[in-house]
Amino acid sequence: MRRPRIALAVGATLVGAALLSALVGPLLAPHSIGAVVDLDVFSPSSAAFPLGTDYLGRDVLSRVLTATRYTVFISFVATMIAASVGIFFGLAAASGSWLDMVLSRLFDIVIAIPSLMFGLVVITSLGASIPVLIGTLAVVYTPGAFRTARALALNVAALDFITVARSRGEGLSYIVLREILPNLIGPLAADFGLRFVFVALLLSGLSFLGLGVQPPYADLGALVRENIAGLGFGAPAVLFPALALASLTVGLNLTIDTLTGGRKATR
Amino acid sequence: MTASLWVTRLIAGRIASAVFTLFLVSLAVFAVSLLMGGDAAEAILGQSATPEALAGLRASMHLDQPAPQRYLGWLIGLLHGDPGTSLVTGRPIGGMIAPRLANSLLLAGLTALVSVPVALTLGILAAVKRGGTFDRVVGIATIGIVSVPEFLIATVAVLIFAVTLHWLPALSSLRDVDSIYELLRVFALPVMSLACVTVAQMIRMTRAAVCDALTSSYVEAARLKGVPPRRLVLGHALPNAIGPIANAVALSLSALLGGVIVIEVIFNYPGVARLMVDAVATRDMPLVQTVAMIFSASYLVLVTTADIVAILANPRLRHQ
Repeated sequence: MRRPRIALAVGATLVGAALLSALVGPLLAPHSIGAVVDLDVFSPSSAAFPLGTDYLGRDVLSRVLTATRYTVFISFVATMIAASVGIFFGLAAASGSWLDMVLSRLFDIVIAIPSLMFGLVVITSLGASIPVLIGTLAVVYTPGAFRTARALALNVAALDFITVARSRGEGLSYIVLREILPNLIGPLAADFGLRFVFVALLLSGLSFLGLGVQPPYADLGALVRENIAGLGFGAPAVLFPALALASLTVGLNLTIDTLTGGRKATR
Repeated sequence: MTASLWVTRLIAGRIASAVFTLFLVSLAVFAVSLLMGGDAAEAILGQSATPEALAGLRASMHLDQPAPQRYLGWLIGLLHGDPGTSLVTGRPIGGMIAPRLANSLLLAGLTALVSVPVALTLGILAAVKRGGTFDRVVGIATIGIVSVPEFLIATVAVLIFAVTLHWLPALSSLRDVDSIYELLRVFALPVMSLACVTVAQMIRMTRAAVCDALTSSYVEAARLKGVPPRRLVLGHALPNAIGPIANAVALSLSALLGGVIVIEVIFNYPGVARLMVDAVATRDMPLVQTVAMIFSASYLVLVTTADIVAILANPRLRHQ
């Protein structure tokens, strides 16, 4: 079993690097993110600018370090909301039949709208501010969290120790919070990680289309978009933001896949 | 007789539920448009909005009616193939969408044509050789692709094949396509990038479905009986995995609906999704709503097809 361990180490390193740059990256940035520091644009990597400069002659390394914070922060908050709401309603649905019907039907509507499409409709109507983005991402990924939590809770609820607890006369809230929920922590944590990846990908997709994070702020998707003109000269300014994003998402998926024995990353 | 009746009823139920969901989606899409500050008349008139002009335009666009009535008008228009006029160009939306939709369908169709055979072959092979090097390589490669944004795959492909090697054009203009060779060259990059995403998903789901079948006890029994490996896979495991595989194909193709948006923008492809992205930028709500409904409807068609195939492929339901 050597291979999985390597995959785990690679994945964990990639995720660690991305999280570290989200936490302390802006402090390490050699230049101010808005400062035009190079007379040339799209210059290749050099000692002064390790990742080259962007379409205005700004330092790409500094911009990537700051943009990672936006990507991680927005995705984390949105995933947190989606997971909390999803788990709350998932547990509620698992314990009541008419509630289950109503909630499942309601979340099916959101699932039936392709996620990028849903984001586009909401952004057309409300504009692309960061709170709107967080809200949209949370709404898009709540149904998935709901389905997972509901299915997991139903599985556990069918086990003997729940029957025992029920015949002991425990109340519903005790059973749900003290007996069922602790047994779901592992799978729910894995689900959280996967959902975070999807959220980060959708956010970057929106920003790449110019409909996500708006200037003066920028996330990794927005960096790829603003430098797309450099693609023709193979400028590092367009490649490195994309690679930074990929290292976060690939690393996280790889880690979760090896930890859970790999059967989950298809949702 | 009773069995086929049962299956028919099950399928009819699925279709009814899809239609009902689509109805609810249309409600949701319409409701979101109500959140928009101001209305279409203000958006069109802009600076020149005098109260009289506003009132006149609102009346002519039926914006003075209450929301439920407008919703009904919009829904009936959609069903008759008349989704209204664009706020920005003032042209009927149906005429703007139709040629674009054909282009998008062409792109999606070609991608499906490429990705389904590739994905099924690789997925089944990985399942048969599960645990081996081939399976591990495919597994890591598919996780890598699933977790990378579509625009990264597309930009890297452009960088390699168009910028460095000069083999293929970086943009997909359909204007000067006059031979099959040109057609292939124009479509190669977008189809390849789009196929990457769908293929990776489809491989993972196909592999899981075939693995499930291969580890079941009846296949184990057949193996102990001495059935040769090829017949074990093709004759015993696959027929029972068809339902889940069809499900995997349909679900992965629905992921194409999201991918196509990004791909059309990168390659400047004249499809309906790029029309939509431009419409979002100019906040052309009627156009956005129409395209959103088209995409949701296609998604529901795919998912419902997956359900129906799964029902038809399930012998327990067929012979009940």
